[in-house]
Amino acid sequence: MKKMGFILASLTSLLMAGTAHATDVKIGVLNDRSGIYADIAGEGSVIAAQMAAEDFKAADKGINVSIVSADHQNKPDVGSNIARQWYDTENVDVIADVPTSSVALAVNEITKEKNKIFLASGPASSDLTGKACSPNTVHWTYDTWALANGTGSAMVAEGGDSWFFVTADYAFGHALERDTSAVVEASGGKVLGAVRHPFPGQDFSSFLLQAQGSGAKVVGLANAGGDTINAVKQASEFGITQGGQALAALLMFINDVHALGLDVAQGLVLTSAFYWDKDDQTRAFSARFQERNAGQKPSMIEAGVYASVLHYLKAVEAVGDKDAAKVMAKMKEMPTDDPLFGKGTIRADGRKLHDMYLFRVKKPDQSKGPWDYFETVATIPADKAFRPLAEGGCSLVK
Amino acid sequence: MFELLGIPPQVLFGQLLLGLINGSFYAVLSLGLAVIFGLLNIINFTHGAQYMLGAFGAWMLLNYLGVGYWWAVFIVPPIVGVTGIVLERVLIRRLYHLDHLYGLLLTFGLALIIVGFFRQFFGVSGLPYPPPPLLTGGHNLGFMYLPNSRAWVIVASLIVCLATWFIIEKTRLGAYLRAATENPTMVGAFGINVPLLVTLTYGFGVALAGFAGVLAAPIYAVNPNMGADLIIVVFAVVVIGGMGSILGSILTGFGLGLIEGLTRVFYPEGSAVVIFVIMALVLLVKPAGLFGRSV
Repeated sequence: MKKMGFILASLTSLLMAGTAHATDVKIGVLNDRSGIYADIAGEGSVIAAQMAAEDFKAADKGINVSIVSADHQNKPDVGSNIARQWYDTENVDVIADVPTSSVALAVNEITKEKNKIFLASGPASSDLTGKACSPNTVHWTYDTWALANGTGSAMVAEGGDSWFFVTADYAFGHALERDTSAVVEASGGKVLGAVRHPFPGQDFSSFLLQAQGSGAKVVGLANAGGDTINAVKQASEFGITQGGQALAALLMFINDVHALGLDVAQGLVLTSAFYWDKDDQTRAFSARFQERNAGQKPSMIEAGVYASVLHYLKAVEAVGDKDAAKVMAKMKEMPTDDPLFGKGTIRADGRKLHDMYLFRVKKPDQSKGPWDYFETVATIPADKAFRPLAEGGCSLVK
Repeated sequence: MFELLGIPPQVLFGQLLLGLINGSFYAVLSLGLAVIFGLLNIINFTHGAQYMLGAFGAWMLLNYLGVGYWWAVFIVPPIVGVTGIVLERVLIRRLYHLDHLYGLLLTFGLALIIVGFFRQFFGVSGLPYPPPPLLTGGHNLGFMYLPNSRAWVIVASLIVCLATWFIIEKTRLGAYLRAATENPTMVGAFGINVPLLVTLTYGFGVALAGFAGVLAAPIYAVNPNMGADLIIVVFAVVVIGGMGSILGSILTGFGLGLIEGLTRVFYPEGSAVVIFVIMALVLLVKPAGLFGRSV
């Protein structure tokens, strides 16, 4: 059945090639659909990609968009196999999302090798636009440098000048710990130690006890999704914050706050690229999204998938072709503009620039109900929010 | 003050205690598996899902019916046990005369279906389960801050483990059970309803998983994947202890919790694999497990 569809699609594209008007674009949304990151990306990212194609009215503009999806199970080998299969035999032009930095770094390489396009919204590692940067990748939503710069500086400014990290033991956790340590040390703080926990983890008591014993003023959680939820829940159980230590959830999504409940999550400071309740446009999008995604508001990753796919389709329309090099050049040349992130640009190293926000989780009595969780502490302007171009060590930057 | 490999003793005591607490979960879960395997010869891969059902059961009681934690401790395990009994009656009993592998496949498939069902409805991030007032807060033991919730876990699981061991090894009912495993036909000839005994045993093993789930609800995020992450470790515990050995699974559960706790201090990156390394070593030296009888 799949094969038949593929043959039909190829035939159609052959026929279409003569007319030079219609372009077939196949987008593969690759992410965690069953594990600890499935709620922050998962099916929601697929819905976001579909909404982007619909809102762009791609069909009216002669672009036939088809969207496929797969579960990489947070495993680089599984993700690599799917990416190769998609590019080699299923005519996928673009892979979108890919949370879990270890998988994303693998997909980043494969995409470069096959000369396709990677719209990274889910992964955090700043290496994607640093030493592993690629002419075929756009890193859309956030990265570890931006998180460190946002939450890290804010905590140091509030007096948290000694840190202990509880770090997920893989590419993402390491990058987040590295980038945050740099921020802490640059602002005159000290890093007293770190402990690497297996990914994914369930019981964090032992690591939290080590953090408690370190006497650090701030316990930095360099993990995400289900790991962060469990760690925050257990930190409250072990009286970390009551004992005078501050907790820094360096990467926290609105879905995590929803799962924890405000009783436990209140007061946490976090850095995010998106909040559904920011303005009328984000509220309108989020209401539509929520209806299709089982009542869940969009995470910043899902918002990033929407915006990056939208920008990609605009570039395809402008070029009138889906050639990877031409479309990438167009994407970097055209300013970005979408209802979720506003106006922005894509830098030579693939880094998308937009404002980032420092939020504080509301107290239970401040919240009007489910999903009303964040109050804005500060807006970090686009030119300050991301690592300066020259400091990343990207080979594309001359 | 003396230090052991650069770790101050306070830290070490704290970690040992935590290891023991994690060991409590291993002990209760592996005990259920051992009871089921010992008496039914079924490798119950649904155990992780049934543990998850326990936690969700507690959550549902609280959120749908307003029934609190202390009632849940008593109400949920029997309910989860009954779901197990239904599975046993409808599906699992058809496989007793077949090879172990069929039971393993069936229970594994059931686990995937149950977890998938919950994932569809509740997502993977988990649900908040506030601990009851008695379990919030904790005590400073000098070397660590022990939350009441964790202290309760260790007490409750010790009681349940010892009671189970006592029933199976020291009572008349336990003697029937053990006899029925050895020679079901003979025991049946004495007028004892062996199929009923077997069904109830499965229900009891499953109820133990549900009990562990209720204990976990206030501590870990209540989410559909919570059992899947744990069950592999628990199987390793059962294999190390010796398949089917009641006392073996209890002691190995606590023991491995301790070892894992120590690994988290000395080499945290290795804490996810240490149990499997031990399993490999034990299997090399004693293929029937530490407490198992070789067949």
